[in-house]
Amino acid sequence: MNDNPVLRIVAKIIIPMILLFALYVQFHGDYGPGGGFQAGVIFAAGFILYGLVFGTEALRSAVPPHILRIFIALGLVLYAGVGVTTLLMEADFLAYNALSQDPVAGQHLGIFLVELGVGITVGAVMITVFLGFAGRNDP
Amino acid sequence: MTIAGLYNYWIVILLMMTGFYVVIASGNLVKKIIGLNLFQASVFILYISLGKIADGHAPILQAGISNYSNPLPHVLILTAIVVGVATTSLGLALVVRIREAYDTVEEDEIHDQDESM
Amino acid sequence: MLIEVVNVVILALLAVTALAAVRLNDLFAVTMMFGIYSLLATIMFVVLDAIDVAFTEAAVGVGISTVLMLGTIGLVGRRARKVSHRPILPLIVVIITGAALVYGTLDMPRFTDPTAPVHQHLGPYFLNESPDQIGIPNVVTSILASYRGYDTLGELAVIFTAGIGVLGLLGLRRRKRPGHEGGAR
Repeated sequence: MNDNPVLRIVAKIIIPMILLFALYVQFHGDYGPGGGFQAGVIFAAGFILYGLVFGTEALRSAVPPHILRIFIALGLVLYAGVGVTTLLMEADFLAYNALSQDPVAGQHLGIFLVELGVGITVGAVMITVFLGFAGRNDP
Repeated sequence: MTIAGLYNYWIVILLMMTGFYVVIASGNLVKKIIGLNLFQASVFILYISLGKIADGHAPILQAGISNYSNPLPHVLILTAIVVGVATTSLGLALVVRIREAYDTVEEDEIHDQDESM
Repeated sequence: MLIEVVNVVILALLAVTALAAVRLNDLFAVTMMFGIYSLLATIMFVVLDAIDVAFTEAAVGVGISTVLMLGTIGLVGRRARKVSHRPILPLIVVIITGAALVYGTLDMPRFTDPTAPVHQHLGPYFLNESPDQIGIPNVVTSILASYRGYDTLGELAVIFTAGIGVLGLLGLRRRKRPGHEGGAR
């Protein structure tokens, strides 16, 4: 598909929009529909479109596999880390009320961090899986 | 009224059995996984149907609306969808490796090759 | 009224799509049918007020699943062999199971019934308490990340494990030479 100019130009225009939309879904998930799971998948969809149009080799240089592997673990560590932090603050595991003086502000902060962790791991796993399948065909 | 009230569940059962049939009757491993996905999506529709309330609204709180559909099934299914695609990808990866080892993805041919070894 | 009509029509279309997927032997066509099926399911979720779920299904079921299945078909070939033995036994099993399930639905609360047991306990609790305890408008997010935080942590661990599994089975780096070289490294 590398030689189709319409596809390449349209992809170049809409990929940044997809990524921006994913960030909107991630950080606006408290107020409208959205959240970490959706944002991670949409973010990965942007990269997958890039891989489909420009080839997996280009995608692999855009997001190197060793970085992806770090991000897969990073999201889960961030999520569990929030739980450990609340434990260290002498509250229950994942009891976000302890994160701040004001319980509601603590909940906001906790949900923000946890959703970020979900988004990072889901996005990285989806890109990894796509690279695994699409990269299998390479000569 | 009974038929209108149960129509959703019956269609869900039809979809579920369609997926089940593909899983047990088809010999092709990729088609089996697609059958599992059909089954899985029917369960999603069942849960979301259970959460719907007549004249309800989406569970995003707004001033002036008091009748919301039940948000709990939505949460369960939201995570199940993403977990579903992750496990599907693991299954497909296994299919790819089976194809590389046996040069086929038909169940009975794999079985024959195992027998003749 | 409109919602009921859309509900009936979309569910009928879902049934048609699923049956078409069973009859086809071209895996490419089956995958496209699955994409259409997911899209119809997405419309169902919007009709049934589950916007967050529709969002996820649109991105995952229609997008990523289809791409992954197409990637697999590119690697294993698109022709499924016709079933050689007669499909009578699976058909009997499926019909008996389906009949038992239909019998089970006769006792279920009717669709959109607000007095159904599922709407009596936790659902209203979350809807009533979430504004004061969590303070964000999207109740789905507040249940997902806070009330059911343990559950979501577990789900994330499953996704993480599946990702690691695919990494182990297929590998990410370019392979040095084609053939049956192992993917895990």
